[in-house]
Amino acid sequence: MDLSRLRKFSENSWELRPQGTMRVPAVFYGSQSLLEQMDEKVAEEAANVASLPGIVRAAYALPDAHWGYGFPIGGVAAFDPEQGGVVSAGGVGFDISCGVRTLLTDLPKAAVAGREEELAEALSREIPAGVGAHGKIHLDESGMDAMLRGGARWAVESGYGEAEDLERIEERGCMSGADPSAVSRDAKSRQKDEMGTLGSGNHYAEVQEVAQIYQPEIAQAYGLEPGALVISLHCGSRGLGHQIGTDYLREMVAAAETFGLRLPERELASAPLSSELGRRYLGAMRAGINCALANRQILTHLIRKVFERFFPERRLTLLYDVSHNTCKEELHQVEGNSVWLFVHRKGATRALGPGHPDLPPCFTPWGQPVLIGGSMGTCSYILAGKPESEERAFSSAVHGAGRQMSRNQAARTWEGGELTRELGRRGILIRARSRRGVAEEAPGAYKDVSAVVEAAEAAGLARRVARLDPRICVKG
Amino acid sequence: MAPPHGGPSRARWEHFSHAADVGIRGIGASPEEAFAQIAVALTAVITDPKLVEPREPVPLSCAAPSMELLLFDWLNALVFAMDTRRMLFSRFLVRLRNDRLEGEAWGEPLDPERHQPAVEVKGATYTELHLFLRPPGEWVAQCVVDV
Repeated sequence: MDLSRLRKFSENSWELRPQGTMRVPAVFYGSQSLLEQMDEKVAEEAANVASLPGIVRAAYALPDAHWGYGFPIGGVAAFDPEQGGVVSAGGVGFDISCGVRTLLTDLPKAAVAGREEELAEALSREIPAGVGAHGKIHLDESGMDAMLRGGARWAVESGYGEAEDLERIEERGCMSGADPSAVSRDAKSRQKDEMGTLGSGNHYAEVQEVAQIYQPEIAQAYGLEPGALVISLHCGSRGLGHQIGTDYLREMVAAAETFGLRLPERELASAPLSSELGRRYLGAMRAGINCALANRQILTHLIRKVFERFFPERRLTLLYDVSHNTCKEELHQVEGNSVWLFVHRKGATRALGPGHPDLPPCFTPWGQPVLIGGSMGTCSYILAGKPESEERAFSSAVHGAGRQMSRNQAARTWEGGELTRELGRRGILIRARSRRGVAEEAPGAYKDVSAVVEAAEAAGLARRVARLDPRICVKG
Repeated sequence: MAPPHGGPSRARWEHFSHAADVGIRGIGASPEEAFAQIAVALTAVITDPKLVEPREPVPLSCAAPSMELLLFDWLNALVFAMDTRRMLFSRFLVRLRNDRLEGEAWGEPLDPERHQPAVEVKGATYTELHLFLRPPGEWVAQCVVDV
């Protein structure tokens, strides 16, 4: 990205002033080197988002931003319904409510010493993963609608997990305002056999070791002990979310003209929040969020069953569950006033600061846990929302490293079997269905997640609490 | 850009780079051939199309007000068929008439061990979505798909 057009506020904060059709500035968070590595398309896309009706304050690109479709991935944009604001299917993304959940084991690494292979095998056997994998749950029409309304709460009521899990999931495990009737038959039919499946690509279930603590007090409050094992899941709303994205992207593109939207790119397609289409998409997208929350809850149940066999006395508890592809109606401070805004986070994690009323009481003094997934073979991070997070980017932080190399190039650069052996020599066990899939997800195909997280901290988006190193990775 | 694949005829497919996702392109002597070839490129995102036996046909049809939208719908119809039928396809027959597409996708049930599928495709996008004629009389159909 050419930085000469940007005004530098600080080492990690840059601005593109409104020009042309832009209604607000585009703000870029990240170090000079991260921004220089970004594709020029990120600036173009952020400027396009800044030109949409009803956008408030700025279009934000975070340190992990990369070229998406319409909206950049790693971006935040908030819209005011009272100012003609819009909602965009492309601004949420195809994998609605894709996110990360971290479970605490309260076990030291030594507890699995000598049994790592056995545990990896058991997790790989019990977690349906990869292309075409089906779960053990098959939903009929009324079961599907109940799941889409209830999310993780539906899953707990169906026997997958415990009521106290819900306290540690965004929206207490159930997104209100979901409308199953706004979800197409095609979307539901893609989902009926996919509950409790991990998916493919960069999705995973990983056993990780707490390798470094940056904020001892917050880490302790989060239940993170140095050297302890945790388990993190990265997955989303599966076929249902993908189909909702496809259906509404098509409909919004076709309707753009009727709303008088002049779009520089079709994928910016949006609908006014006040329109029937806008409201219908919100109902469907919220159902997609519930699907992802239910999916991660079922996967949690499968993981607990595996751990029970190894450690019958040990109960896995949730640290937290975050979603990073959403649009949520939230109360924010704009020029001294409290305003309800629709905040799109596409490849961005909500990061509520200490004292925020939406936090579970256990996190009130510390801020929300922000769970950042690395890629297979690299580390992951736990961050915490800060008081400044709100004014930086509507209480949002990064979501992961972001790719720096295409899948084709990665598949030509690495060989899956050799990569698995190499990671094994470093003490990281990989279980995957596809050798090519492993090569495409090689750690070297991603940006340096540590640099991204350091930039997020330096920009004031969130603060680092702990670093997690991978030990066992079940690849999607 | 990936090297072109395909038989001795001009009909062929290729992938092109996109930061996080994959660009797919089909090239042929007619729009029909380009649509059939981009479908092979779609399969190649998931697995090597040569590993997929064209054993049984699945009929597919779509209608859209423009050829580019029809291309978007064709790719999404294939994504949907792969996902819900748990199949992979390697040979495609496409007939285009006005704003309608009638097609057949030939393939077989997904075999994770044999096909080693790398990644599933979530959907077609409007990014780089184009159908055009270029010298010397080649039709090109292309699109970025989300994976």
